[in-house]
Amino acid sequence: MPDGLPDQERIEQAVRAVLSSLAGALTSTEAVLLGELEALGREVARAKSEIAALRVDVINDSHIPAATDELDAVVEHTAKATNEILDACETLEGLAPRLSGEAAEVVAGAVTRIYEACSFQDITGQRIGKVVAALKAIERRVAAITSSFAPAEAAPAAAEAAPGQRTEGERLASGPQLPAAAASQAEIDRLLASFE
Amino acid sequence: MDKSTNVLIVDDYKTMLRIIRNLLKQLDFDNVEEATDGQEALAKLRAGQFGLVISDWNMQPMTGLDLLKEVRADARLRDTPFIMITAESKTENVIAAKQAGVSNYIVKPFNAETLRDKIAKVLTHA
Repeated sequence: MPDGLPDQERIEQAVRAVLSSLAGALTSTEAVLLGELEALGREVARAKSEIAALRVDVINDSHIPAATDELDAVVEHTAKATNEILDACETLEGLAPRLSGEAAEVVAGAVTRIYEACSFQDITGQRIGKVVAALKAIERRVAAITSSFAPAEAAPAAAEAAPGQRTEGERLASGPQLPAAAASQAEIDRLLASFE
Repeated sequence: MDKSTNVLIVDDYKTMLRIIRNLLKQLDFDNVEEATDGQEALAKLRAGQFGLVISDWNMQPMTGLDLLKEVRADARLRDTPFIMITAESKTENVIAAKQAGVSNYIVKPFNAETLRDKIAKVLTHA
């Protein structure tokens, strides 16, 4: 088969060569099958051209790293802002001894509510971590596709940890559930009570 | 409940450690130490005298569940009250924690009242 030709032409030439060598010796069923084979070869070649035109390598080289960097920056900025809020709360708590009984109670109650609300940073951080993990999974699959269509240019895909190597704690660690799927504290309390 | 209890809080988010420490301070628990993963926590537990562990689940290199199992398998530590405080709210997680010997389980986001109630419950039964 001639080298230097595009894949599509090479496949078509090969199929034509097979067909012409079998001309006159084929049953009608075999001719139909070979025709189907030729069409399939054209589809494969077309799909390869389309995937190449999509530049999927750009997804791994640029888009996914940029997206994960942006998400890391979100976590960093929210952590910084949360720590500023906590600094302010601790300053307010330091003033409590100088306040009257009722005012001290109001300030303490407000500060407690701010502490409770600040736990958002942990939850959002974990949610963003799940999104980053999903992006990395996409990155691995894109690398696998690129590898199968263009082995010479493909970067090796990072390996996922085999399930057998993980502890039960790691296997069950999936981060925050979406509100609709998450068990409430009351539901968890009932579940724990059922063991007693 | 004994407010002089030494408490070890374990979480890989420094902000969360700070929040829990401050909430504990409001509850008059002043003897609080921190660790940022299960391995560091286990080393501190083995080196010290703690009357309560409050641990996150999702940490590396050792998760809260794995820490709990290590604590329950250690003859000196096995009776230490252990509260899991985590965003892992699936039933299978709660069951796994219970089977591993968790004393109580708080799902994030939580409020100060829940934390106070669970601490009171586990220290009363300790």
